[in-house]
Amino acid sequence: MSALAGHYSYWITIVLMVTGMYILVARGNLLKKLLGLSILQTSVYLLYIAPAKLVGGTAPIVAAGFAVYSNPLPHVLILTAIVVGVATLALGLALVVRIREAYGTIEEDEILALDGGDEGR
Amino acid sequence: MKNDLILRVAAKLLMPFMLLFAVYVQFHGDFGPGGGFQAGVIGASAVVFYAIVFGMVAGRRLAPEPVVEKMLAAGALLYAGVGLAGIALGGNYLDYFVLDADPVHGQHRGIFWVEAGVALTVAGVMLKLFYMFAGRGRDE
Amino acid sequence: MAVTVMAMALQRNLFGAVVLFGIYSFLMATVLVALDAVDVAMTEAAVGAGISTVLLLSALHLAGGMEAKALERPLVPLAAALAVGAVLGYGMLGLPAFSDPQAPIHTHVAPRYLKEGPRETGVPNVVTAVLASYRGYDTLGETIVVFTAGAGVIALLRRRKRK
Repeated sequence: MSALAGHYSYWITIVLMVTGMYILVARGNLLKKLLGLSILQTSVYLLYIAPAKLVGGTAPIVAAGFAVYSNPLPHVLILTAIVVGVATLALGLALVVRIREAYGTIEEDEILALDGGDEGR
Repeated sequence: MKNDLILRVAAKLLMPFMLLFAVYVQFHGDFGPGGGFQAGVIGASAVVFYAIVFGMVAGRRLAPEPVVEKMLAAGALLYAGVGLAGIALGGNYLDYFVLDADPVHGQHRGIFWVEAGVALTVAGVMLKLFYMFAGRGRDE
Repeated sequence: MAVTVMAMALQRNLFGAVVLFGIYSFLMATVLVALDAVDVAMTEAAVGAGISTVLLLSALHLAGGMEAKALERPLVPLAAALAVGAVLGYGMLGLPAFSDPQAPIHTHVAPRYLKEGPRETGVPNVVTAVLASYRGYDTLGETIVVFTAGAGVIALLRRRKRK
């Protein structure tokens, strides 16, 4: 089917996105969850950049001798997204470090158990 | 790691090239891939590399913490300042073409300062993050 | 890349997962170069494979090594994830095929930037021109976001001096 071949980039994006989502939701370890979040973010980069490419074109730097360029607008958006993604990751990691120092563990269910036990105070 | 000869020599050889590459990417961002973000991250990686091989004390001597913290804020303020300069010279906020007699030259100047501000902030943040995380030490 | 990501999901040793993440970032940067996104590839390689991996390793050192237990009932999240994937797949079928020059993304604003950009700004790299000049506000916001992240980490991790 041409739907499969023509949309190949989208299938890969979906696979990555779903795997990232699964890791984010289904794993209890906080660091694993952050890794899943990062995978989800990078799959979105692919989602935006793949449609920007024109076969036979070149990078969007205007130079003599090239007529067809790939679309620069998604590149700009994703550049911002990458940096914001690493900012989010850094804040998340700082929170994980503090949680580890406060609770002694980074497993979600152990943290919830410790918190539930404290509620009776 | 500072006793391992290969790592020390490699770090001393590579670090100036990494810094030079960061400066190159920053200023060549107009003509090739690059620009403020990439340059900031590559520059910060050079100092991180040095600090990993030679220890945090040497790294902190190279880029002291107060300097890094001021870099953080200075970059963002520089960017906003370019915008205000646009207002001061008669245009709207962040207009570049009023910065010089020739509007295209004004664009060049505006883009130069803006990218410099971005590189400063990004380099400062990445370096500060590394200092905070790696300098913390595990308390069991 | 899909293989790397699946391996990361099943991997229980966290150090291995972080190394796989570095490999995944490099692969993503290579794919981006193949898609002609050179600026983005450079940023992804530097940020994803460089800084992210360093930060993850530092956090891993500070927070502990092995993942303790696997999930008891992996079926519900797996079914939910696959359902979301199916819905996304159904939606993707409506999007234009790969590298279609008539797709709306290529016909509205982009040709104007590609034609007028170097003339109006004097900068051949259209991505830098758009980032710093045409969409300068967004870049200002992003710089503020990076600064806020740095300030947030400082606020969270600063040790009070007990001298």
